[in-house]
Amino acid sequence: MDFDLSEEQRLLKDSVDRLMADRYDFENRQRYAKEPEGWSRALWSAYAELGLLALPFDEAHGGFGGGPVETMTIMEAFGRSLALEPYLATVILGGGLLHHGGSEEQKATHLPQIASGDLRLAFAHTERQSRYDLFDVGTTAQRDGGSFILNGQKSVVLHGDSADKILVTARVAGSRRDRDGIGLFLVDANAPGVSRRGYPTQDGQRAAEVTLESVRVDAENVIGNPEGALPVVEKVTDIAIAALAAEAIGAMDEMLKLTVDYLKTRKQFNTTIGSFQVLQHRSSEMFIALEQGRSMAMFAAMMAQEQNPEERRKAISAAKVQIGRSGRFVGQQAVQLHGGVGMTMEYKVGHLFKRVTMIDTLFGDADHHLSKLAETGGLMAA
Amino acid sequence: MDLRFTDEELAFRDEVREFFRTALPDSIRRKMIEGHHPSKDDLVTWSRILNAKGWAVPHWPVEWGGTGWSPVKQYIFRDELQQAPAPEPLAFGVSMVGPVIYTFGNEDQKRRFLPRIANLDDWWCQGFSEPGAGSDLASLKTTARREGDHYIVNGQKTWTTLAQHADWIFCLARTDSSVKKQEGISFLLIDMKTPGITVRPIQTIDGGHEVNEVFLDDVRVPVENLVGQENKGWDYAKFLLGNERVGIARIGISKARLKRVRELASVERIGDVPLIEIPRFREKLAAVEVELKALEMTQLRVVAAESRREKGKPDPASSILKIKGSEIQQATTELLMEVVGPFAMPYHPEEEGRNEPTDGPDWASTAAPTYFNWRKISIYGGSNEIQKNIIAKAILGF
Repeated sequence: MDFDLSEEQRLLKDSVDRLMADRYDFENRQRYAKEPEGWSRALWSAYAELGLLALPFDEAHGGFGGGPVETMTIMEAFGRSLALEPYLATVILGGGLLHHGGSEEQKATHLPQIASGDLRLAFAHTERQSRYDLFDVGTTAQRDGGSFILNGQKSVVLHGDSADKILVTARVAGSRRDRDGIGLFLVDANAPGVSRRGYPTQDGQRAAEVTLESVRVDAENVIGNPEGALPVVEKVTDIAIAALAAEAIGAMDEMLKLTVDYLKTRKQFNTTIGSFQVLQHRSSEMFIALEQGRSMAMFAAMMAQEQNPEERRKAISAAKVQIGRSGRFVGQQAVQLHGGVGMTMEYKVGHLFKRVTMIDTLFGDADHHLSKLAETGGLMAA
Repeated sequence: MDLRFTDEELAFRDEVREFFRTALPDSIRRKMIEGHHPSKDDLVTWSRILNAKGWAVPHWPVEWGGTGWSPVKQYIFRDELQQAPAPEPLAFGVSMVGPVIYTFGNEDQKRRFLPRIANLDDWWCQGFSEPGAGSDLASLKTTARREGDHYIVNGQKTWTTLAQHADWIFCLARTDSSVKKQEGISFLLIDMKTPGITVRPIQTIDGGHEVNEVFLDDVRVPVENLVGQENKGWDYAKFLLGNERVGIARIGISKARLKRVRELASVERIGDVPLIEIPRFREKLAAVEVELKALEMTQLRVVAAESRREKGKPDPASSILKIKGSEIQQATTELLMEVVGPFAMPYHPEEEGRNEPTDGPDWASTAAPTYFNWRKISIYGGSNEIQKNIIAKAILGF
């Protein structure tokens, strides 16, 4: 039992924190959001230079063999600064799917390109009817010799508009909600038959609707078993949830800090409003929600590497429930305690609130995960 | 960062689990599972079993019977004890006055009191709260006037838990009223047999008799029973209250109760469907489990940080443990009452030696009293509102 960062992890944390402090204050962030892709190419290169884009991959593929704790460290810093770059989409999701599901050759081809910052990925799984069920896949993949022909439509593909390649779940066999029969395909974003419509998301990030019309995918771009990709997809989305939990903690931590600072400086009735007990108590409640969330983000980081998928999924669900609830409370109270200024686009706190709100809707909200957890017998059933 | 227990810690967990499985008398275990209060005899019996094993006061210094376990092992021990479920050793002795004595007391006091606390030869109670001094404890009015080699103590204490069994009471009393209220308080050890002490029971809303009023009327206390320095009692009291918060999350107790809720909810049915399969109920249960897991991780973070903290300085984060720990324990009592359903209604006064059959299933009778009784835990040990003041001040810097 050890909650401390190792020496290497501490160095990583220091360098990420320094980079974000130097180059990612709120004014910069709003500037980056206006760049053509909705994020900063310059920062993307800086991440590559620091090795962040290679972090979770094996050394053989140009990576650093980092685990969920390293990811947590980075994501927390990103959450605090409201980073816009497609780190989750490219490194955690796309890179993770290749890392955990790809062949040696696929990894050797793509992972070094991610590491160098030259390849951006997205993961297309959500469909109009699927809500949060990863196995609910209506997009089809028809065998054609050694290739597959994909047809279907994917929604809310995070950073799908700027991705070079998109990982797509598609059904090779079975009916729409079967757990078996799902394949994972690496599709070139500019391949014939792929059309994309990009748009901003509520939290200032980017996503796309992706339509696939008779898109041919060759055998070399089939990731893993074409009829059994779900376990890898679930594993990687669980890792992504752990990463998002850390990002949410960074955002919540920043909201609490901004709120407490505001309460200590804002004057009404001839005194700082932070002298009022009702506001102090509310801040204490925000702190408790944050720390309970932080505990579960750590738990998620630990359990993301759990080998038993059922145990892993329960733990991740539990963490997502806590993060969803803590995020909602801290976010709503941060805006409330700021008063009118919290409602404005000019001020950071509202953007943090929007980000944690959207994190709740990624890969299953608190209710979704609570009922999943309850269905499978709860967290403590032996 | 590695949040798993080490192999050594896991082996230790198995060892204590096995000990609790075999050493805890079945009659006591049954009472604990069914939500009855252990009797004085139960607690004495169990404390002596623990003491014989050398585990009555694991957190104490080794020379006074401590085990020298790491904070993580201390946590595991406590968690397993609560899950057994076994009665916790009497906190007023082993967690409150014991540490004050070995930290601030003189050698005579240590030799005289500590071994008897460990073996529960002396039953201690706590003389802090007064009718006019609750959350504002420092405003207490009980006085101790020096007269030769005695203090003459006068005043009234209240909410004195299990004073009806007590041999000794540790008291805060005012020895100087001319200074700031925190600076004129002393910490006295008083024999309950001393003339002038009267104990009057207070019945609580669950129908039980746990707490009392204690009246002190010209009680003569030898000066050798002063702990530390005169007028420094407030420092010792703060030390004591900080220690009280650390163990207060009582995660093992909530785990044990949730286990019971789960068991009973698979027996109780609505029509043909076990309650545990009703989505609304099982989601409510799962939600409490999530909060409890988060608290367990928070507790372990505090425990892990403990080895690096200055001795005697409680982590202000332990206020989270108090607040969430009490809220979760209370939530578990609500769930249990919900499982019991209509059979929460019959009232059976808890009297020792009572053996009439209960109305309704025999496991149902304690559900409502436990729920009522457990409202106390967000009040005692510094109410949850006081804890929020502590977080606001000590952590957020208001």
